[in-house]
Amino acid sequence: MTATLQILFDALSLGSLYALGALGIALIFGVMRLVNFAHGDYIAFSVFVLLWPTTEAVSILLLGQLPPILLIPVVIAIGALLSMASEVTVFRRLREANPATMMIASFALGFVIKHALLMAYSSRPKSISILPGLAQQVEVMGARIPLLQVVTILATIVILLALTAFLKRTRFGLEMRAAAQDFTMARMLGVKANRVILLAFAISGALAGAIGLVVVVQTGTADINMGLSVMLVAFIATVIGGLGSLYGAVVAGFLIGGASVLMQVILPLEARPFRDAFVYALVIAVLIWRPQGLFAPRSSRQRV
Amino acid sequence: MTRAPSVLARTFTTPLLLIALLAAIAVLFFLFGSGAQQRFVVEMLIRVVLVVGIWIFVGNSGIISFGHVGFMCLAAYATAWLTIPPMLKQISLRGLPDFLLTNQFPFWPSAFAAALLPAIFALIIGPILMRLAGIAASIATFAMLAVINTVYSNWSSVTGGTSSIVGIPTHTTLWVALGFSAVAIVIAWLYAISRSGLALRAARDEPIAAQASGVNIERERLIAFVLSAFVCGAAGVLYAHFLGIITPDAFFLTATFVALSMLVVGGMYSLSGAVIGVVVISTIIQILRWLERGVPLGDVTVALPNGSQQIAIGAVMIMILLFRPAGLMGNRELRLSFRRGPQPAPDREVRGKPE
Repeated sequence: MTATLQILFDALSLGSLYALGALGIALIFGVMRLVNFAHGDYIAFSVFVLLWPTTEAVSILLLGQLPPILLIPVVIAIGALLSMASEVTVFRRLREANPATMMIASFALGFVIKHALLMAYSSRPKSISILPGLAQQVEVMGARIPLLQVVTILATIVILLALTAFLKRTRFGLEMRAAAQDFTMARMLGVKANRVILLAFAISGALAGAIGLVVVVQTGTADINMGLSVMLVAFIATVIGGLGSLYGAVVAGFLIGGASVLMQVILPLEARPFRDAFVYALVIAVLIWRPQGLFAPRSSRQRV
Repeated sequence: MTRAPSVLARTFTTPLLLIALLAAIAVLFFLFGSGAQQRFVVEMLIRVVLVVGIWIFVGNSGIISFGHVGFMCLAAYATAWLTIPPMLKQISLRGLPDFLLTNQFPFWPSAFAAALLPAIFALIIGPILMRLAGIAASIATFAMLAVINTVYSNWSSVTGGTSSIVGIPTHTTLWVALGFSAVAIVIAWLYAISRSGLALRAARDEPIAAQASGVNIERERLIAFVLSAFVCGAAGVLYAHFLGIITPDAFFLTATFVALSMLVVGGMYSLSGAVIGVVVISTIIQILRWLERGVPLGDVTVALPNGSQQIAIGAVMIMILLFRPAGLMGNRELRLSFRRGPQPAPDREVRGKPE
């Protein structure tokens, strides 16, 4: 029982990270058909601003010194600002371009951000401890669960509820959903393209900041590649969920998180190093079964 | 009315020009370049083979593939298994089957066999993957790459795990690399003007119209996929015999994105774009490396700060894409034409349509 509960919490907290990442990628894909490979570097960037830029091994807190009540919003805001800046400087000019061109441009942008961080901080992972209160364990029905996992899951639920409310209840949300479904039509009906896209980038970047915070508290290190694995899985989750479906992206994020944790448990010992191979084989299987994704919106089908 | 010239006659100048360009670079550096500069040219030629291999599939089918570097990985390890001296293999790769463990095969047959392995792999996995289209197909190829990487990183008894395999004999000279890239270009060109290549491009631009005209999209995609796996495998062989040392991580995300960037910057729908993209980006990388090391200007050495090289490469790539979203070649081919008269219209620029 306690073991099952532990697995459940592991799966939910990993799934939360993937779901938030997938949401960030799906939001931007929805409005401008861009697969944003710089997303992982937004995550790393919002973590590294916690530290003083130095190439020495020591790590001195910069923004990390702020009290938690300020720290969290500031990091999230930095993620959002970086994301908005990249839309204004790069992606805005590529809106008419081929998706492959946009994708490679986003990769190049991520490359620039990553190497700027490398220049300022060197490639050594840096230990960093913020929000130390989250490291303790709590008892939930007899199982010892890290407080961070509980907080991650709760925070994800709050973020998802808030975002749903935003998308369903506000004018901006309505515009964004309309744009995600049919961008050209939405523009003709008076949705301002720049505003909606900038907003999508802001939310996406904010989510990247939130992911960064969770990962850094979890691992206690700031690593230049920390966003990469989350970003890759999130990207896959977006496609499995059905491109253009935010709901699908979130569900698929949780599914992949759950599958990874479950495989770790059920695979025989000698096959465990190959876990990722099984997860990705599963991804191919799902794609063959549902090429449009699990929750593809009707607008994504090709009309003849 | 005169007959229109055959497609062979109309297009054969493209591969000739591209090969001539590469040969000119190779000869120039052979005569005047230092050892390090010649190594740079060899690296560039290996990338030409890889990117041309990727182009055979991506350029003709319009499906971005993240998986082709995985084919390079399969072939590189295969050629390592075949050509490393048995003594070394018995120490580091004990899990290999006996006939590999006790024998050492010569370079050319090994190279061919090793490049054939990814082609066979593509033939097996292709019928599954080729049913997908658009971004789903891209993700599936990425998943394939991740599976290959995970397996090769962890199957220590035959791949050495994440530590590197050493002792691969080095055979990749400037001329071998040039020969491989020339053959790769010719294969790519022949495929592009073949019936299958034409059908696949038709399916890329207008899938429904192509299907209605009797094009079997999955079959044509599979042909391109297998052929491109073979050419990418050849790049893997060259790479292994160039460095003499391989690790699974050399064939993962960074290599994938570098190759795709070269393709897209050059212009992903044209063979010339694939080759020019490699040449231009490799040259820029080399110039920036050189600037970072320092350029003597009179008494002082001016050098870019350490690490700024990669930032500059990223920035240059973004600039090129901002000004030429369809790539440097803009989907056109380099071509000489000998006769006057109406020119064949250049391929229509293909705008991405959301799936």
